[in-house]
Amino acid sequence: MLRQRPFLVEALTAAGLIAVPFVLPYLGFTPATVNRILVWGLFGIGFDILFGFTGLLSFGQSAFFGTGGMVAAYLLTVLDYPDVFSAVFVGMIAAAVVGYLVGLIALRRTGIYFAMITVAIAEVFYFVEFNPLAAYTGGENGLPGVPTPTLHLGFTTLKFNTDKSLYIVLAVCYFVGMVVALRIVRSPVGAVLRAIRDNPLRAAAVGHNIHSYKLTSFVIAAAYAGFAGGLLGIMQGFMPPDAFTFDTSGQLVIQTAIGGTGALFGPLVGATVWLYLSDFLQTTLHLGATWKLVLGVVFVLLVCFLRHGIIGGIYDIYRLATGGSAAKAKAGDGTPAPAMTAEEERSATHAALAEAPAAMPMAARRRTGDEFVGPILEATALTKRYGGLLANSDIDFSVKRGERRGIIGPNGAGKTTFFKILTCEIEPTSGRIVFDGRDITGMSVTDVCQLGLTKSYQVNQLFARLTVRENLTISALAELRGKFRLDMFRSVPKIRGLAEQVEHTLALVDLKDRADVPVAALAYGEKRRLEVGLALASSPSLLLLDEPLAGMSPQERVEMVKLLKSISRGRTMIIIDHDMDSLFELVERVTVLQEGRVLVEGTPDEIKGNAAVQEAYLGGVVAA
Amino acid sequence: MINWANFISQCFNGLVLGALLALISSGLTIIYGTLGVLNLAHGAMFMLGGYAGWVAYSYTGSFIVAVIAGSMFVLVVGVVTERVIIRSFYARTPEDQLLVTFGLGIVFVETVRFFFGSLSKMVPPPPGLVGITPLGFMFYPTYRLALLAIVAAALLALYVVLYRTRIGMIVRAGIEDAVMVGSLGIDVYKVFMLVFGIGAMAAGFAGIVNAPVVSIAPDVGEAILVQTFVVVVIGGVGSFPGAVLGGLIAGEIISITSMFDPGYSYVMLFVAMTLVLVLRPYGLLGTAGRE
Repeated sequence: MLRQRPFLVEALTAAGLIAVPFVLPYLGFTPATVNRILVWGLFGIGFDILFGFTGLLSFGQSAFFGTGGMVAAYLLTVLDYPDVFSAVFVGMIAAAVVGYLVGLIALRRTGIYFAMITVAIAEVFYFVEFNPLAAYTGGENGLPGVPTPTLHLGFTTLKFNTDKSLYIVLAVCYFVGMVVALRIVRSPVGAVLRAIRDNPLRAAAVGHNIHSYKLTSFVIAAAYAGFAGGLLGIMQGFMPPDAFTFDTSGQLVIQTAIGGTGALFGPLVGATVWLYLSDFLQTTLHLGATWKLVLGVVFVLLVCFLRHGIIGGIYDIYRLATGGSAAKAKAGDGTPAPAMTAEEERSATHAALAEAPAAMPMAARRRTGDEFVGPILEATALTKRYGGLLANSDIDFSVKRGERRGIIGPNGAGKTTFFKILTCEIEPTSGRIVFDGRDITGMSVTDVCQLGLTKSYQVNQLFARLTVRENLTISALAELRGKFRLDMFRSVPKIRGLAEQVEHTLALVDLKDRADVPVAALAYGEKRRLEVGLALASSPSLLLLDEPLAGMSPQERVEMVKLLKSISRGRTMIIIDHDMDSLFELVERVTVLQEGRVLVEGTPDEIKGNAAVQEAYLGGVVAA
Repeated sequence: MINWANFISQCFNGLVLGALLALISSGLTIIYGTLGVLNLAHGAMFMLGGYAGWVAYSYTGSFIVAVIAGSMFVLVVGVVTERVIIRSFYARTPEDQLLVTFGLGIVFVETVRFFFGSLSKMVPPPPGLVGITPLGFMFYPTYRLALLAIVAAALLALYVVLYRTRIGMIVRAGIEDAVMVGSLGIDVYKVFMLVFGIGAMAAGFAGIVNAPVVSIAPDVGEAILVQTFVVVVIGGVGSFPGAVLGGLIAGEIISITSMFDPGYSYVMLFVAMTLVLVLRPYGLLGTAGRE
């Protein structure tokens, strides 16, 4: 939505900020209220990057708001530091550093643990400000006498010492903050943050170091908080200690939720509503302390009924008004494929495999150097024990480069566990895995993916709120940029080779027509192809596929088998599936697992005739 | 030089505070474990218990009635809240659940402020438990000793409910695997409602029995909520024994640090929490996969 007109949002922001002083006074906003809205809006930009884009709900942003404000105010009042702007900047840096340290601890856990830890840490800051550091921060009195900014231009000196002139400073700060944030969310880093929000496990599995990205997001949010905190002190001429209270964090969360997340402007809208209402209820309706009760009720109702805040609500209405044209335009795969008998399917599969592959196969990229010529994967004595249960027992497994290997076995044979061990999602109890000549036992799933070994999942693991193209972009980015890179100001389309790789993958998995549809709107078969596409987009040299045909219609299965055949050229594949007819057509060798052990290994024809395999499947009744 | 009498007395204070935190945290942790909802209004439940008890006390003058009324009121508030609001949030994101319970907390606190003002209220201890008791090596406020016994009895009652009754078995099973419990043909919604009520009541009960020690005010629950979080992080989410252990540890840390400098009590609490997070990320008695 934002991509087509590059500077539209920036221009509209600037226009809005210029218009505000001429418009808002007529709506009953005092200049002081407008200034406070800007400070909270700026505070919220960082918080939206953390919560709306990365999915990390922190209830402890007051720590950084207070830290930034106190450092700036201390410099300006106690140390008589002359320049207001650089003092605010120093405060911002201090908040970012503190954010980094806090993030190291808080990000050890996710979800509600993360929320609880941020609350607790912020409370520590509050108490430290009040007691141990009271000599520096003024304790419960705060730091009074924070000067307003002045700008020496050589020929004249601009003083920003009234609410109206301060507006100019705050508006410029907000504008700069917004422009920077827009760059960040449009950068590869922003894309990865959204992927982490939607599905952190998959984001890690396609090769992104999600911990570092989360920490980045946390530090960005802390920096914005510190920046806004510094401006708070300047705006009020006084740095209040209650910047550190839980109420501050809470108010930020509330305003962001009211305004809407994921659009960067949400906190500004939320702050406008919140601060206007609180002024209105207190001064016009004379409700006194009851204003907070009213706003609390409003907030609860809003969370209950308007899920995506005001901006989300407006967007939903807009989409309703335009008839959801984008979603309706292509409801492809609508016509049901004719039913197929097993025999028809078999011959269709056969015919499909005989055809030349439609798209150019995508080259696998080797990242470990070309000197190694042994088997691409060599697992020795792999064992995985869960308490008393032996899921995998002493498995020796070797796959040649370029081979297509099938793995079959009855339910509970340990196939999926085996795959999880190979991709390093779980660590084996004992045994060793060598991939492309390198011992990968105990490495992380992210590092292994970076080496060129990845998996498509049995249950779809997609980035639900992103489009098909964005999904594949996430995966391709990991391969093109490595597992962590701070290119926060680079625009995604400018990354060399990215567009080609994504387009190519789209063509391979036959989703070109559906590229800009959000995942939620895809049919099951399309989601399944995207699942394979996600693994493929990082151009792995060894691709594991966990039941790629599961749940598909016969027609879809034929298409998928064709797809798998075409992508297998130039790469090694290991496929688990229960559809033996299709699998035996596709692979060159088959390994049969039973009760966590390798039962037998051989060509499809050998396996078909093997008595032990028939017994494993049929439980002792020898097939005629 | 440490004053030993003072030290022992602070250790006792820590024990009392710890037991109280253990009780409140147990409520929070069984709600989270069973329903999957972190109740940010839990501190407000503590506060509501205190106020409901105080109202009952002002009318009857009986401490026992106050305790019963306070607990029952919060039980009802918990059940109604679950039925009317929380239930529609099971299908929504954990973030939405946090937001709505956070909002509810504000509504509860501000409603109380609306009716009773911001000034703190005091409930005196029952007549037989006023004054101090000689313990041989020191004198200690009688009510605090009684409080220790009361809270210990409440914890024991909670233990019996959780480990010796059918409903407790369902709750513990639900903490391990809520989906599985649902598929066994148990009406999970009824269980959820009851658990939310009991969990809230644990906080409300703590709120009223603590009222003779620390006077009640509308925002008294906020600090309690933060301490409860630390307790749960230390003990491990969803673990009743973890909540008890974490509560006692947190109580002792706060009390003993306060003896030297109250300003550092949170810092020490935080250090303990960080240590646990580094050494045992799932809490002392927690297990992986409960978040």
